[in-house]
Amino acid sequence: MKYAFFPGCTVLGRGRNYEMSARAVSSALGIELVDIDDFECCGFPLKSVHYEAYFLMAARNILTAEEKGLNICTLCSACTGSLTEVNKHLNANFDERAKIVAQLKKGGIELKIGKPVKVKHLVKILYEEVGLEKIEKVVKKKLSNFSLAPHYGCHYLKPSDIYEPAEDPENPKSLEELITVTGARVINYSEKLKCCGAGILAINEDTAYSLTRLKLKELSKDSADALVLMCPFCSVMYDDNQKKIEQKFQEQYNLPVLYYPQVLGLAMGLEPKTLGLQMNRVSTRALLEKIK
Amino acid sequence: MSELDPKFKYRVAREPGGEKIKLCFACGICTASCPIREIDERYNPRKIIRMILLGMKKRVLENDFIWFCSSCYACTERCPQGVRFTDVMNAIKNIAVKEGYVPWAFVQQIEILKKHGRLYEIDEFDNNKRSALGLPRIAKAKGFTQKIMELTGIDKITKR
Repeated sequence: MKYAFFPGCTVLGRGRNYEMSARAVSSALGIELVDIDDFECCGFPLKSVHYEAYFLMAARNILTAEEKGLNICTLCSACTGSLTEVNKHLNANFDERAKIVAQLKKGGIELKIGKPVKVKHLVKILYEEVGLEKIEKVVKKKLSNFSLAPHYGCHYLKPSDIYEPAEDPENPKSLEELITVTGARVINYSEKLKCCGAGILAINEDTAYSLTRLKLKELSKDSADALVLMCPFCSVMYDDNQKKIEQKFQEQYNLPVLYYPQVLGLAMGLEPKTLGLQMNRVSTRALLEKIK
Repeated sequence: MSELDPKFKYRVAREPGGEKIKLCFACGICTASCPIREIDERYNPRKIIRMILLGMKKRVLENDFIWFCSSCYACTERCPQGVRFTDVMNAIKNIAVKEGYVPWAFVQQIEILKKHGRLYEIDEFDNNKRSALGLPRIAKAKGFTQKIMELTGIDKITKR
């Protein structure tokens, strides 16, 4: 299994722990991630201000992978959404590629037309391509002492009609099943499908943090040992900003936030340092004591 | 009444993402599903759709609330008419930008993307940190993003 690796801006800037664990787990499972120097921003940040720029940015990244003949593996759910949406459009209108290539050429970007590729989030690659059975075989240290709360986020599931196969966005199960296979207990909770609020952080900080707070508040009362997610933007909200939200609302959550590859890596018996767990903002020390 | 622009809904429908706006039959499930609405009552998807369909162009475009959508797609999934309100909001925001309304946060993002090709600059300090952690170094962006911005004229937005 070989993929063009698309970590995205936020992972490179703020999610080294995610990147480390993603690379470690992929390598152990035989997923080869090829670094592509020509990848730049997926276009998502510009979708709401300039659709054409968004579309061309996403298309250029996709055409770059097509030129190399590699499917794309993403880590960020927002990148996954943009690249999947534009890829779906390109695949439904194959001949549009020539127009896009000509347009990009006018701007000084040279690309050759290749064969269509797939775009997939790493967690979906684990779930759909590697499969639970194979993952179960590499689990060496069952995390039976862990109670983990899944956070799917938005773009990993929605809009569901761009994904193939699509998961029911009202009742998803991939992350729950992937957690269960590590031996951990899954916590079900009422705010499970809530948005993290990152989408409006730059516009309206108060509303964004109020949204983030909903999950933190519910789970701190519950018996969750950690929140498990797979999007760097969500992690910025729940992990990086957790202290800030605690201060703002005069509450204490103390809820560790882990990327799914970190959880899987621990269950595979990989060293916490290899998985970047020392870089998670909310301390994971007490959590790690539980597997000793 | 003179403030109303009856053609506004057609303009929204011509914008990518806005195509299905006229299908709305005002059931309100978008508002009921919206996590932003739950926190801030000023943001009301159903009301925004009504305002668009009634032609309240200026009141919609100049209002801060159009920037409050978190792009979670909860409304889009549940809409019985397939209006795709998240995409409608992107259409509205695209129109607002063309009319000169651009929040400062986006001006900053455009500048950063133009300069670095990514939302965060990966400099020598970051690359040294990456090497120490066993991660490959990240090459400087080759300017593709900047070229696309110049090609599409998005860089002019920040100069207004």
